[in-house]
Amino acid sequence: MILHTLIDYDVLRVIWWLLLGVLLIGFAVMDGFDLGTDILLPFVAQTDLERRVVINAIGPTWEGNQVWLILGGGAIFAAWPPLYAVSFSGFYLAMFAILFALILRPVGFKYRSKREGSVWRTAWDWALFVGGLVPALVMGVAVGNVLQGVPFHLNDDLRIFYDGTTLFELLNPYGLLCGLLSVAMVVMHGAGWLALKTQGNVDRRARAIGSYAALATLVLFVLGGLWLYFGVDGYRITSALVADGPSNPLAKTVAVAPGAWFANYAAHPWMMAGPALGILGALASLILLRTRAEFTALLASTVSIFGIISTVGLSMFPFILPSTVDPRSSLTVWDASSSHLTLFIMLVCTVIFMPIIIAYTTWVYRVLWGKVDTAEIQRDNSHAY
Amino acid sequence: MTLDVVDLSRLQFAMTALYHFLFVPLTLGLSVLLAIMETVYVMTGRRIWRQMTKFWGTLFGINFVLGVATGIVMEFQFGMNWSYYSHYVGDIFGAPLAIEGLMAFFLEATFVGLFFFGWDKLSKVGHLVTTWAVALGSNLSALWILVANGWMQNPTGAAFNPQTMRMEITDFFEVVTNPVAQAKFVHTVSAGYVTASVFVLGVAAWYMLKGRHIELAKRSMTVAASFGLAASLSVVVLGDESGYLTTEHQKMKLAAMEAMWETEPAPAAFTLFGLPSQTDRETHFAVRVPWVLGLIATRSLDTVVPGINELVGHAQDRIKSGVIAFDALQKIRAAGSDAAIPPDVRQAFEDHGTDLGYALLLKRYVDDPRTATPEQIAQAAWDTVPSVPTLFWSFRIMVGLGLSFIVLTSVFFFLSARRMLDRYRPLLWVAVIAIPLPWVAVELGWVVAEFGRQPWIIEGVLPTAAAVSSLGAATVLTTIVGFALIYTVLIIIEMTLMVRAIRQGPEPDDEPDAELIPAHLVAAE
Repeated sequence: MILHTLIDYDVLRVIWWLLLGVLLIGFAVMDGFDLGTDILLPFVAQTDLERRVVINAIGPTWEGNQVWLILGGGAIFAAWPPLYAVSFSGFYLAMFAILFALILRPVGFKYRSKREGSVWRTAWDWALFVGGLVPALVMGVAVGNVLQGVPFHLNDDLRIFYDGTTLFELLNPYGLLCGLLSVAMVVMHGAGWLALKTQGNVDRRARAIGSYAALATLVLFVLGGLWLYFGVDGYRITSALVADGPSNPLAKTVAVAPGAWFANYAAHPWMMAGPALGILGALASLILLRTRAEFTALLASTVSIFGIISTVGLSMFPFILPSTVDPRSSLTVWDASSSHLTLFIMLVCTVIFMPIIIAYTTWVYRVLWGKVDTAEIQRDNSHAY
Repeated sequence: MTLDVVDLSRLQFAMTALYHFLFVPLTLGLSVLLAIMETVYVMTGRRIWRQMTKFWGTLFGINFVLGVATGIVMEFQFGMNWSYYSHYVGDIFGAPLAIEGLMAFFLEATFVGLFFFGWDKLSKVGHLVTTWAVALGSNLSALWILVANGWMQNPTGAAFNPQTMRMEITDFFEVVTNPVAQAKFVHTVSAGYVTASVFVLGVAAWYMLKGRHIELAKRSMTVAASFGLAASLSVVVLGDESGYLTTEHQKMKLAAMEAMWETEPAPAAFTLFGLPSQTDRETHFAVRVPWVLGLIATRSLDTVVPGINELVGHAQDRIKSGVIAFDALQKIRAAGSDAAIPPDVRQAFEDHGTDLGYALLLKRYVDDPRTATPEQIAQAAWDTVPSVPTLFWSFRIMVGLGLSFIVLTSVFFFLSARRMLDRYRPLLWVAVIAIPLPWVAVELGWVVAEFGRQPWIIEGVLPTAAAVSSLGAATVLTTIVGFALIYTVLIIIEMTLMVRAIRQGPEPDDEPDAELIPAHLVAAE
C-alpha cells in the first residue's frame, strides 16, 4: 500500500497529536458535565424527586458521552502505543481507582430508582458522587504529574519500568492542585448543564455552586500557571530533531530545562489563545451562571475546558510524557506514535466516522432537548432513572 | 505454589474477561430480539409487541449497564497489566479497538439512552430505527473486538521492525479479513443469540407455568424458539473449528482439545470419552469413533489432522530457527545504522524473522536464548502444549450443551408451530432450568479459545510471560481483590434486580389491544 505516503509521517504525527487533544477535550466537554452533575447531585438536590430530576438530566446521554473516554483509550492505544503502555501501567493504582469509580456510575444510574427505600437510593447517590469525583480528581492529578515528569525508563528492548514507589507519590502539591482544578472545571460545567436542563430549586442551587466552581477554576488555573512558571521544570530535546524517524524514544537526548514549558509561547505567541480562552471561558461562565443565562453558560464552560486542556498540550509540545529518571526515555510526538501506515488508516477511519457520530449525537440531543419533565418521571416508573 | 506477576495478571484478566462475558452475549442477542419484536409492532400495529419490547428492554437494560461498566476495564487492562504487549503490538491491535469505538460503540451507547427515554418523544419508526441502531452497534462491536482477538490467534498482515522493537502493520486488509477472526465473529455472535433466546424462552416458560402474561409469553417463546433454532444451528455448523487449521498453534489447540497425541491417517478418529494425562502424554480409557474428527475438523476425507507429538517437533524446529533470528536481531541492533548491517545478517533475519517469537519461549529458562541447551529447547517445545485435560473437557461440555440447545429450540419451535406451547408442563420446566446453560457454554468457549492459546499471548510472536507490565505481585493482588469484591457485590445486585423485574412482569399497557384482553379484565384493573 503506497497510499499512506500521500501524507508525510511527521504531518500525520501532528494530526494525531491534535486528534489526541480533540478526544481528550471531547471527553472533558461531553462526559465532563455528567461527572460534574454526579458530583453536584447530593448538594443541589434534597428530595428524592429532585435527585431523580438531576439524574434524568443526564440519564439518556451519559452512556454515549462516556464513549469519548473509551474511544480516547482506544485511540491512544492505536496511535500512541508507548503512551498507552507507559501511562496506564505507570499510574496502575490510580487507573484502578478511576475504573472502580467508573464501574459504579452506569450501575448507579440504572439501578438507583429500580427500588424504593431511602437507604438503597441514598447509597447509590453517594456511589454516583464518587463515580463523578474520583475520575475527575485522579485524571487532574495525573495531568499534574505528567507536567512535572513521571519516573519511568525504557530498557533497550523498550520494556517499560516504572520507578515510582507508591500511589501517594502522585498526590504531591502540584498534582493535587491540578486535581482540584479538574474537579472545579467539571463542576462548573455540570452546573451549566443543570441550568439548561432543570428549573426551580435545583437550577438555583446548581447556579450558586457552579459560580463558585467557575471562580475556583479561574483561580486554580492561574495559580497552576504561575506555579508551572516558577516551580516546575520543563523538558527540551537536545539532539537533532528527526520528525519522521522510527518511533524509538531512545534515539534522542533530552535535557531538563527550567522554563521550557513556556518556550512555545515565546516562539508562537498565537498559542497564548489557549490559556486566554481558559481564563475568559471561566470568567464568562461565572457571570452567565449568575445572570440566569442558559445555553451560553454551558458554552462558556466548554470554551474554558477547551482552553485549559489546550494549554497543557501546547505547553508540553512536542513532549507527551516526560521522564524524570531518564529524560531520554521521554515520549514525544516524534518518537511515540504508531507506524506511518497505522496512523494513516486510523485517520481515514476517523474522517469517515467522526462526522457521522457528530450527526447522530446532535440528532439525539435535539430529540431530548428541553427541561426534564417532572411529571414524566413520576408517571413512568420503569424507564426513567 | 506462589503466584508471580504473570500468573496474577493472567488470573485478573481471566476473571475480568469471564465476568464481562456474562453480560455481553445477552446484550448481543437480546438487542436483536428487541429489534425483531419492535419491527413486528411497527408492521402490525399490535400493542402487545410494544409491551413485549418494553418488558424485555427493561431486562436488557439491567444487563447492559454491567456490560458497559466491565467493558471499560477490559480496554484499560491491556495498558495496565500488559504494557509490553501494548508496546509490542499496539500498532496493529489498537486499531480495531479504536475502530470499535468509532464505528460501533458510539452508535450503540448513543442510541441506547434514546431506546429507554424515547418512547414518547419519537415516532414509531423513529424509535424502531433507534432500537435497530442499538442492535447493529452491539453486533458491530463484537466484530471489531473479534478482529482484534482473531489477530492474537493468527497474527497476519504484520511484521517485526527491529528499529522500533515491535510488530508493525503491513496489510490492514489482511488483519480485517483474517479467517480466524471471521470464524470467531460468526461463532460468538451466534452464541450470543442462543444465550438470549434460551433466556427469553425460559423466562416466558415460567410465566406460562404461573399462568401470567400468557399472551406476551407465547409470542416471546415463538420469537425466541425460531431465532434460537437458527442461531443454535449456526453455532454448531459454523463452529469455531473452521479456523483451526490455519496456523500452527491453532492446530495445536485442536489437537489438545481432542487429546490427540499421535498424527493419524486421515480421516482421524474422534475421542468421545477419555482421561487425557499431560504427564503421561497419552489419553487413558479412550473411547474412539472412527473418522468423525477428521470430518468435523477438515470437512474432508483426506486432510491429515496433526497430533500433539508431531506439532511439538515443529515447535522445536521453530525455536531453533528463532534463535538464529534472535542472534541476527542483536547484530542488526548493534550495527546502528541500516547501512552497517552485514548482508548475511540481514538475510538470516529475513529467513528466520517470523520465528523470533519462538526464541522468546526460551526466556523462561535462560536470559539469552542463544545459550540455551538442547534439553532446554526440547522443554520449551513441550511448553507449547496447552493444558490438554482442560481443553478436552471444556470443549466436550461446550459442544454437548450446544447440541442440547438445538434440541431445546427445535422442540419449542415445533410446539409453537402447532400452537401447543402450553400443553406440556414438564417441557416448560426444562426451558426454565435451561436458562443458565448457555452461560456455561460461552464461558467454556472462552476457556477453549484463550486458555488454549497459551503459552502465547500472540501466537508465535510473543509469549504471555514476556508481555506483562513490570509491576509488583502485591500491586496486582490488590486490584484482583478490589475487582473481585465489587464484581461480587454487583452481580448479586444485578441478579436480584433481574429476578424482581421478572417477578413484576410487564407494565400494563395504557391502551391495550382490544381483542387480546377481554374488556371485563381491563375494567377490573
